[in-house]
Amino acid sequence: MPITASDGHSIICLAAALASAKSACKPLPFVGMSLVFRKFCRKREILQQIAESVGLAIGLLLAADADLLEIVTLSLYVSLSATSIACVLGLPLGAILAVTRFPGRGPVLVLINALMGLPPVVVGLIVYLQLSRSGPLGFLGLLYTPTAMIIAQTILIAPIVVALSRQVLEDLHLEYAEQFRSLALSARQTIQALLWDGRFALFTVALAGFGRAVAEVGAVMIVGGNIDHLTRVMTTAITLETSRGNLPLALALGIVLLALAMAVTAAVHGIRAGTAGHADA
Amino acid sequence: MPEHTDRNDATGTGARRIELRALAYDVAGTRLIDVPALTLRPTGTTVVMGPNGAGKSLLLRLMHGLIRPSAGEILVGGRPLSPRQCKAQALVFQKPVLLRRSTVANIDFVLKARGKDRSRSRSLLDRVDLAALADRPARRLSGGEQQRLAIARALATEPDTLFLDEPTASLDPESVQAIEGIVAAAARDGVRIIFVTHDVQQARRLADDVVFLSNGRVAEEASAAAFFNGPETDVARAYLSGHLDRLVET
Repeated sequence: MPITASDGHSIICLAAALASAKSACKPLPFVGMSLVFRKFCRKREILQQIAESVGLAIGLLLAADADLLEIVTLSLYVSLSATSIACVLGLPLGAILAVTRFPGRGPVLVLINALMGLPPVVVGLIVYLQLSRSGPLGFLGLLYTPTAMIIAQTILIAPIVVALSRQVLEDLHLEYAEQFRSLALSARQTIQALLWDGRFALFTVALAGFGRAVAEVGAVMIVGGNIDHLTRVMTTAITLETSRGNLPLALALGIVLLALAMAVTAAVHGIRAGTAGHADA
Repeated sequence: MPEHTDRNDATGTGARRIELRALAYDVAGTRLIDVPALTLRPTGTTVVMGPNGAGKSLLLRLMHGLIRPSAGEILVGGRPLSPRQCKAQALVFQKPVLLRRSTVANIDFVLKARGKDRSRSRSLLDRVDLAALADRPARRLSGGEQQRLAIARALATEPDTLFLDEPTASLDPESVQAIEGIVAAAARDGVRIIFVTHDVQQARRLADDVVFLSNGRVAEEASAAAFFNGPETDVARAYLSGHLDRLVET
């Protein structure tokens, strides 16, 4: 946009602001501040906030803040446990759906695919109703514990693991089916072989499940309660700090969460790269 | 006759005799295989020949139980083809389907699945000259090596009958020679070989007897010497002389 004479006043203000970085965004004592200058200040505020948050995140990580470590550890424990359980249950189920044909298979696949989009708060609510003191599983005393959070996340990501693994293994089975029939393999042997040969693609399926679990907030908030030093995880901590108006800390925790997810993904890719030489996936 | 066959089932090679009776296989109303009667002798190497689309691979899959006939029956050792009998057979496909594992793991997989001694895997790889590549990913082997591995894997099941569906198609002469050597050795060891090819020279080298297919029907069935020295049908003569296209035109 070309600068016109009417913007001269704004340019002077802009120069003044740039000359004094610290006071750049303080309200200036004249009325009728131009839109350009206000936009500039707003952007600068946001950039400063992000920079502050990144600095805070790095500071939190470098300082190995005990509270942060506790939250990170619990986040990893809950989400990795949920992912592991979902994989133990979901991968064989996905393989069975990939290999077998039975009446009603189509509707079952539609249902599982639909469950991939389960709203976390709905899952949280259902688990809450089961585990609450008046619920059928209330006697277990699991509500507001990490175990309840694991159960909720497992329910949330199991359909993802089942649906994606079914697709991956069905494609693989198309390739192997005739050879396996020729070798007269049992269904059990076929499923075992598919799970092993599809292991690298299934790593990615597990990562998709982990990603959904670690980023989820609705279900763990309802069944965990975000209790400090007991059920507070990264996402619930971010929600709490945001509601308190402590945006830089919330953003810093968000950056740590992102780094965490990336670290887990990188670790899985590292394992995959290290072992893929024996297979040619 | 059935009594004689049963005695053979229990003790000898009669268990490997394959009989096709009024066998038909249809797809979408089109008859792709139509064999009123055919008996394959229980020993040696039978080469199934014929032009493209003659139904050679389909016939092999029917005899191995991979697909069900639309009509008729397949008898092995005088009895209808059963899963147990299919298990005593092995099939090597034109394009080998190898597991995403090492060379030796492909053999180990079959040995384990069949409950056989896994220490045999190295000797099986030796048999197909792949022992030096035992730890290499199977899918990184050359085409000829992959096919040799597929044959070793088939032999790991200790089959009575080994079906090979054009195993040397699109391989170089050295690989073809290696595979023919392995197949001949297996035949000498007593494995019944049924080999599909449309390579006339290869058929001359391997065959004890020949089944010639044309348009899904058995045009001719004879010993190798009789077939190659004096084919009885026009279509077989034209095929052997490499002038099948002229016959089709006329």
